[in-house]
Amino acid sequence: MPDDLFDPLVWLILLPILWAVLTFLPGPGRGAVVAIVSLCLQLGCAVRLTADIIAHGARTHLAGGWPAPLGIPLAADGLAAAMLVLTQAVGLAVALYARSYFRDGSSLWFWPLTGFLFAGMNGLFLSGDLFNLYVTLELVGLAAVGLVANGGKAEQAAAALRYLMASLIGSGAYLFGVALVYGACGTVALDHLAGMISAPVPPALWLAFALMAAGLLLKTALFPLHYWLPPAHGDAPAPVSALLSALVVKASFYLFLRLWLGPFACLVALAPMLAWLPALLGSAAVLYGSWMAIRAERLKMLIAYSTVAQLGYLFLIFPVFGGGALALQAGLLHATAHGTAKAAMFIAAGTLIRVGENDSVRGMAGVANQLPVTLFAFALAGVSLMGLPPSGGFLAKWLLIDAALSSGQLWIAVVAITGGLLASVYIFRVLHLAFRVPDGREELRPRPVPAAMEWTALLLATASVGLGLFAMPLFALLERVGT
Amino acid sequence: MTVNELLPLAVIASSLIPGLIIFTLPERQVAVRTTLNLAGAVTKILLTGLLLIGVVSGESFAVRYTVAPGLELVFKADALALLFVSLSATLWLFTTLYAIGYLEQAPHRSRFFGFFSLCVTATMGIAMAGNLFTFFIFYELLTLTTFPLIVHRGNAKALRGGTVYLGYTLGGGAVLLVGIVWLHHLAGQTDFVQGGMTALLDSAPRLHLQAIFLLLIAGVGVKAALVPLHGWLPQAMVAPAPVSALLHAVAVVKAGAFGVVRIVYEIYGIESARNLDLLAPLAMVAGVTILWGSGRALFQDDLKKRLAFSTVSQVSYIVLGVALFGMAGTVGGLAHLVHQGVMKITLFFCAGNYAESLGIHKVSEMNGGGRRMPLTSLAFAIGALGMMGAPMTAGAVSKAWLNQGAMDAGMDWAVWVLTGSSLLNAAYFLPILYRLWLRPAPAEWPHERIPARGWRETDWLLLLPPLATAGTVLLASLFADAAISPLSLARLIGRMEYLEPSP
Repeated sequence: MPDDLFDPLVWLILLPILWAVLTFLPGPGRGAVVAIVSLCLQLGCAVRLTADIIAHGARTHLAGGWPAPLGIPLAADGLAAAMLVLTQAVGLAVALYARSYFRDGSSLWFWPLTGFLFAGMNGLFLSGDLFNLYVTLELVGLAAVGLVANGGKAEQAAAALRYLMASLIGSGAYLFGVALVYGACGTVALDHLAGMISAPVPPALWLAFALMAAGLLLKTALFPLHYWLPPAHGDAPAPVSALLSALVVKASFYLFLRLWLGPFACLVALAPMLAWLPALLGSAAVLYGSWMAIRAERLKMLIAYSTVAQLGYLFLIFPVFGGGALALQAGLLHATAHGTAKAAMFIAAGTLIRVGENDSVRGMAGVANQLPVTLFAFALAGVSLMGLPPSGGFLAKWLLIDAALSSGQLWIAVVAITGGLLASVYIFRVLHLAFRVPDGREELRPRPVPAAMEWTALLLATASVGLGLFAMPLFALLERVGT
Repeated sequence: MTVNELLPLAVIASSLIPGLIIFTLPERQVAVRTTLNLAGAVTKILLTGLLLIGVVSGESFAVRYTVAPGLELVFKADALALLFVSLSATLWLFTTLYAIGYLEQAPHRSRFFGFFSLCVTATMGIAMAGNLFTFFIFYELLTLTTFPLIVHRGNAKALRGGTVYLGYTLGGGAVLLVGIVWLHHLAGQTDFVQGGMTALLDSAPRLHLQAIFLLLIAGVGVKAALVPLHGWLPQAMVAPAPVSALLHAVAVVKAGAFGVVRIVYEIYGIESARNLDLLAPLAMVAGVTILWGSGRALFQDDLKKRLAFSTVSQVSYIVLGVALFGMAGTVGGLAHLVHQGVMKITLFFCAGNYAESLGIHKVSEMNGGGRRMPLTSLAFAIGALGMMGAPMTAGAVSKAWLNQGAMDAGMDWAVWVLTGSSLLNAAYFLPILYRLWLRPAPAEWPHERIPARGWRETDWLLLLPPLATAGTVLLASLFADAAISPLSLARLIGRMEYLEPSP
């Protein structure tokens, strides 16, 4: 048991709150260094926690020493630890990028809002009761909306409002569900609930499950509840898009998965057909999102729709949990690979758009040759999104197909393969422009780009590809999952 | 890590590392880039030599690395792997030399040579893959690394060729992936084992095994350009000549054919493949491809397109040899894997020389070329005669074994296919030779860029590679019985496949 004062569990939540406040005080546009230093510390905490969990199993912490039901229990198992490392690592890379990206002073309240966003996400991964999860969910939602609106342009404000509505409806539905659970069971602590809910299940709990699931699916932007995502992710400044697409939607997915495997496992066991719903919607998301990405005219819209498609994959794992550990491995690996790849792709796109002063897909033809590192990052991230080897996306696809075959759900394998091919259409739509010889008038005056903007993208993309070969620690963490 | 584990990795690294460094080099650093390229190519040949000596004396080279629970990356350098590795390593050196000469002053050379090296790295991975999982990783990597080479020129035609290539190969890759995961799901692993995965073959349902075979062969059949999956190959000839050499001889179509060999011999095993009634349909597809490719080649006026259809036909000789049950067919097919590569690369080098030096792209423009470029035309003639199976050339050796194999297997129709194809080969190659040597030259060449200086009819970097490979075509036949000739290696593999089934 580590000393309470230095328990990484606590600091993972406290540090971001601290830097959110510190960066807020000096006024808009300040605070990059504080945030980056703090993110380094957070990453250290997350890694230490992970090592702890691999060595000794899941961890809990009672905030202030008060036990449940009065106190606030914090809990971390392998799944949470993996998400925490992913979040801090991607966050750090994006923060380094953002420091250069916002060098023109346009960051406004980016840093404090991002601080609250990380406090919310880390809290969400670590909370052990449904009500606290609601609080963190709300914090994440509001900070994310704030980040979208922060750019100050009209279309960003419109996208943020839409996002705000979706977010509020989502968390409202979730909160309603929490109230119903509390009414039926008298507790909201996850570990108590898991043992408490058993057949026969009262209708109130079914309703609670439906409400919470619907709310979380709306926040995760699962087709057809994705309508708010493309404008929010596509119109925000590049670092914000990266954080939202790579991390924020994963947080609500994480909670959905947690509830599915934890308190509501009994309900799912009673009605196994339930698993088909997320999977069917997920398949539709893969096909629809890819199709829209193929047709998108603006580069960031293309990437945003790609997120809609890639989120669909995450939901394909629900009917195949019968196939052993494969499904969870596939899900976590896909979440991780997509998180790193999508962050890389959004920030690479941000660099390309800034240099080319043109955000259409066709506009990439002229700039790509000037920024080989960024282009390479974009391509590597694309390899992972297409699920081509040796990337993390590929390994996740392999595991998913294996899981699908093991549980006899061939159609899931077909969706996964088709989605990969569709992804290659929209990725190569961009890449092949890079090879086109510009026809004179597209000549651009070279504009120097800070190295940090190019190399952070490459780092993230390389991580995503590297996950295909070095994912064993991730799988080791999954053996430490308490449900 | 022991030396036996390190050597296969070193062979892969010898092109991977130079490739990655070359990407970072500025365009004008020609000397550093050339040094890196050649150092990589020579190192690879030396390492391959070490492996060859080791394998012939009975050493085994293998290395394993766990990627996910129950999923391993495996490299092994056995005789079959080395057949392909030594072919690619040798031809890579020649192609690199040729490419250095060919691309002088062209833009984006760092990008070109970077991907060029990665392409060969992927080929090495394919050759030494120890299971289908590893094979697939490098097979797809090959797709990704050849695409930038095909679209290198960046004009509309090149981009179209590249798109068609991607469409075919990524589609094929998807089909292959399904087959591999299915197999992995049934067997728990996908290791290449001499004689095949016998335990699986006894237990799994026959229909499943046949379906998986179809998926696997369709997947690798795209790169092997089996009819009707060959459509990308003639389109891809828009690429620069060194890339065509890479596609047709060193890497891509070879990777497909090699995949067929591994799947038939080391996943299914030749016996089981026959018992599952898989060999005859495969031989049939190969026969159709041989005749179709030769037939289409007859009507192409574009020289590179004619050569491309010729490749479609010739690569299926390998597939046909593999599908013929019996030692002779196997040996013929495997020997042709090497022989076809050497002959076809000669022809593409020569085609590149005509195009670069004189601006000749069409067969109808080749009149009198033999007098203006005698050495290139001599190399071309040797390559073309080899393709026809003329005596004293490598082509004759593989065709003789293939014919013997067809008779041993009792497939008399295959003998007719081979004979018919030889006649067709003669019908599309002899007119070229006639034009080159016996017709008068035109008053002016289409676009003469490199003037002749004495005996040096073109840049020496363009001239030496085809001469060297043409020489190899003759040597492979004259010294077919030497200890380390392609034929001897093929016979070694054949003996292991038929006489020493795994326990």
